Amino acid sequence: MAEQLSVFIDNQPGRLNAVTGILRDHGIDIRAMTIADHRDYGIVKLLVNDPRGAQRVLTGQGFAAALKPVLAVAIADRPGGLHELLEILAEHRINVLDAYGFVSEPHRWAVWCMEVVDPVETARLVTAQGLRVLDDGELYGL
Amino acid sequence: MNVPVWNPALEFMERDALERLQLAALRKTLVWALKTPFYQRRLADAGLKHPEDIASLRDLRNIPYTTKDDLRGAYPHGLLAVELERTVRLHTSSGTTGMPTVIYHTRQDLDHWTELVARCIVATGATARDVFQNMTSYGLFTGGLGLHYGAERVGMLVIPASSGNTSRQLQLMKNFRTTVVHATPSYLLHLHASLAGEGVTPDQLGLRKAFIGAEPHSEQTRRKIEDLFDIDAYNSYGLSEMNGPGVAFECVHKTGLHCWEDAYILEIVDPRTLQPLPEGETGEIVMTTLQRQATPLLRYRTRDLSHLVGGNCPCGRTHRRLARIKGRSDDMLIVNGVNIFPSQIEDMLMRIPEVGTNYLIQLEKRGSLDRLLVKTELNARLFTGDPRALDDLRDRIGELLRSAILVKPTVELHEPGSLPVSEGKARRVVDLRPAF
Repeated sequence: MAEQLSVFIDNQPGRLNAVTGILRDHGIDIRAMTIADHRDYGIVKLLVNDPRGAQRVLTGQGFAAALKPVLAVAIADRPGGLHELLEILAEHRINVLDAYGFVSEPHRWAVWCMEVVDPVETARLVTAQGLRVLDDGELYGL
Repeated sequence: MNVPVWNPALEFMERDALERLQLAALRKTLVWALKTPFYQRRLADAGLKHPEDIASLRDLRNIPYTTKDDLRGAYPHGLLAVELERTVRLHTSSGTTGMPTVIYHTRQDLDHWTELVARCIVATGATARDVFQNMTSYGLFTGGLGLHYGAERVGMLVIPASSGNTSRQLQLMKNFRTTVVHATPSYLLHLHASLAGEGVTPDQLGLRKAFIGAEPHSEQTRRKIEDLFDIDAYNSYGLSEMNGPGVAFECVHKTGLHCWEDAYILEIVDPRTLQPLPEGETGEIVMTTLQRQATPLLRYRTRDLSHLVGGNCPCGRTHRRLARIKGRSDDMLIVNGVNIFPSQIEDMLMRIPEVGTNYLIQLEKRGSLDRLLVKTELNARLFTGDPRALDDLRDRIGELLRSAILVKPTVELHEPGSLPVSEGKARRVVDLRPAF
């Protein structure tokens, strides 16, 4: 299962670039990123080419950073592409806790990254419906 | 001018008679104190075994000081001077390290306390014809019950509204034409700021007077309250160790707070050298109870800073006046009238593994009320990446702190290593409230 990195930062100017600066210095490539606002703090989620390396360098600089499994599903980059996947999830009563997506090849395919309660079971289900789940090697190498 | 007075014989008593009365009461208090395990030891160490060892009020200086720590150490029974069955009430206050302090009262002690509060109320010109709405907390906090019984004794119609719930306060004030209120100064400012939102205009209220206390405030704040409501506001001073409210109060002349010296011996001492200071010099208020049998306290260090006002008050009372409280000689914080020690917050935070050892307490004014902000650092090792767990943690810290300090703080989580480090005298408290 692929992993994404969650980093805890103060909700203040100058904190986000402190994270990206450390990643740059260690040659870590960011594939996708989201920020959630929690009043005094924020949670930055990062999809990178080397999650464990990124966690190591960030915690080494004093950051609170944790790895969590993320389910990355390839979807068609056209109207209705995402809807197909979400219909499957809805049908099987699977709740999406958090998600983001990015286009890999414009008008061909995109990647949908999501957090669910049981990523292993969800991966099995989605695969059985003919969709492709990206393994960590493929995801990090995009 | 016709001076309103509750107990003319005592309030206008000549100084030499008052001092003779004090000496007799001090000796009686020593008899009571010597019944407590705490004072038996403390007074024996000072070579005091009999009340006759005190020949004059000057000998007061041979009596050792009593501190808040002593009260904590003696909790719960070490300072009880009567059989438990003779006591009828106790009040506790929260301690700095979770260890509270307790003051017991016999029926006669409560009677004396009530008498002192009645004097305070009448000294402001309030009478039995007034409708009195008591806007301070009832319960272990002494402000509610203390004023309540005093006002009843004066014969006022008492509305025991307790604190908070602004719309209900205003409704009661309108419906019963409340003429006198008791509240913290910040609450009255908050109440005024809420008038428009509640659809109430000041002239719909029949308010004439306010008793304000439980938190230090400036002359400017008093004037502001007086102007906003078009009333007279009177400064009240008290502390739970000395019963609560009723220790010292302003009369109609508002030239300092008359301290009832038949009930307390008042001293001002240098908080560092502990040497008594002359009139006019600012120091720590030290008080000795003269009437309280269940929990007598000798030379209690209040930690409140003030000075004695010189000269005579036009009202003719002979009891000396304290200037308004200037601050504290320790690190106690007063937040919306509630006393808080930073160590209470620290002790609680240390029990929560998800937050680190560094913290910052920030006090702000939001409108007229105080806001207590507690900034903590997330412990990096216990971070799971789950934002819900963090929000729950923030709520849980808020609840735990509220149970410890009785004030609900706003809790913030910050990055590890972002707050001032806990070495030596790190600045743990930032008070951004306007100074007075």
